[in-house]
Amino acid sequence: MRNIIAWLCLILLIGFLINGVLFLHPFGEPEETAMDDYFIAHSQAETGSNNVVTAILFDYRGFDTLGEATVLFSAVAGVLLVLRTVTRKKKDDE
Amino acid sequence: MQSIVANFPFVIIALLFGVGLYVLLFKRNLIKIVMGITILSSAVNLFLVTLGYRQDGIAPIFTLSPEGAMVLPVVQALTLTNIVIGVSVAALMLALIVRLFRKTGKIDSNSRMLKG
Amino acid sequence: MSKIVRSVTIPLVLIGLIFGLYVIMHGHLTPGGGFQGGAVIASLTVLLIVAFGSDKVKKFLREKHLSLLESGGALLFIGLAFAGIGTTFFYNFLTGSAVFGNIPAYGSNPGDVWTGGVLPLMNFGVGFKVMAGLSSVALALALFTSEDEEKEE
Repeated sequence: MRNIIAWLCLILLIGFLINGVLFLHPFGEPEETAMDDYFIAHSQAETGSNNVVTAILFDYRGFDTLGEATVLFSAVAGVLLVLRTVTRKKKDDE
Repeated sequence: MQSIVANFPFVIIALLFGVGLYVLLFKRNLIKIVMGITILSSAVNLFLVTLGYRQDGIAPIFTLSPEGAMVLPVVQALTLTNIVIGVSVAALMLALIVRLFRKTGKIDSNSRMLKG
Repeated sequence: MSKIVRSVTIPLVLIGLIFGLYVIMHGHLTPGGGFQGGAVIASLTVLLIVAFGSDKVKKFLREKHLSLLESGGALLFIGLAFAGIGTTFFYNFLTGSAVFGNIPAYGSNPGDVWTGGVLPLMNFGVGFKVMAGLSSVALALALFTSEDEEKEE
């Protein structure tokens, strides 16, 4: 019984997604590109780099890269905390 | 409202999202669930990159670039961030699973040992 | 692993190290940058673990050095972000100056390494951070599961 309800919900959700995706712009012709046109036209003069994606990642939107470095740091700290191998030494006289 | 043939890549991405959700809902092995979450993350990344495609576009790099209009670069920067976050989350989940396996000896998500 | 695998791995790691540092360094000219180059070099650590075993790699890559490298990379990134605080946070204060300060003309050009301002230095900071972080995660997983096998014997 639970299997039938789960299948029904899954098919309903995918139907909603496909219906929603058909209302997007046609594939290959994006509209409203004012921000991207500004970045392509001005990134060489303002940042001095040929790679527009790197200029966006580190100069125009550097704050997002700071957040991502924080996520990476806390994930590594979490993994090293969970997988610690602490060896206990026996004390001789107690 | 576009037709399915015109927006075909977006429909494929919705089906990939469905595959990821199926693995997440119906499988019991914990490692398979982690694989399902990774498939979900890949579907979202693919969707972000597909949103910014221009017909007959070139890469948004000016070094020795050919003639043509450039694809949208902002979405590609968002996708780079998302990939790194997906890797971090998967690494943390796998570390927890390894620790759980050593303590209980089972990786079935329905087992009694996981509760409490 | 066998003798052939061990003797092929060392030149392969050296070539991979050069390729990874190339990808990090030219992040402002070609596709790539800090995150991609760091992931390339972290996969070399996994190759070393597979070829030599985690005990030998643990003596070579000590935890103190990896932690120092990761924190140094993060501090370099944050320090460069704060250095332009006269105008705003994350201001590119090196365009037009002597260090990495050339400005290319608009349009297609062959690419000059000394452009980019603060971008190549930030690429190195993030590259060191990702390199050390993913390497220590892979090493911790390998050491934990190999100790598990020792206890079962």
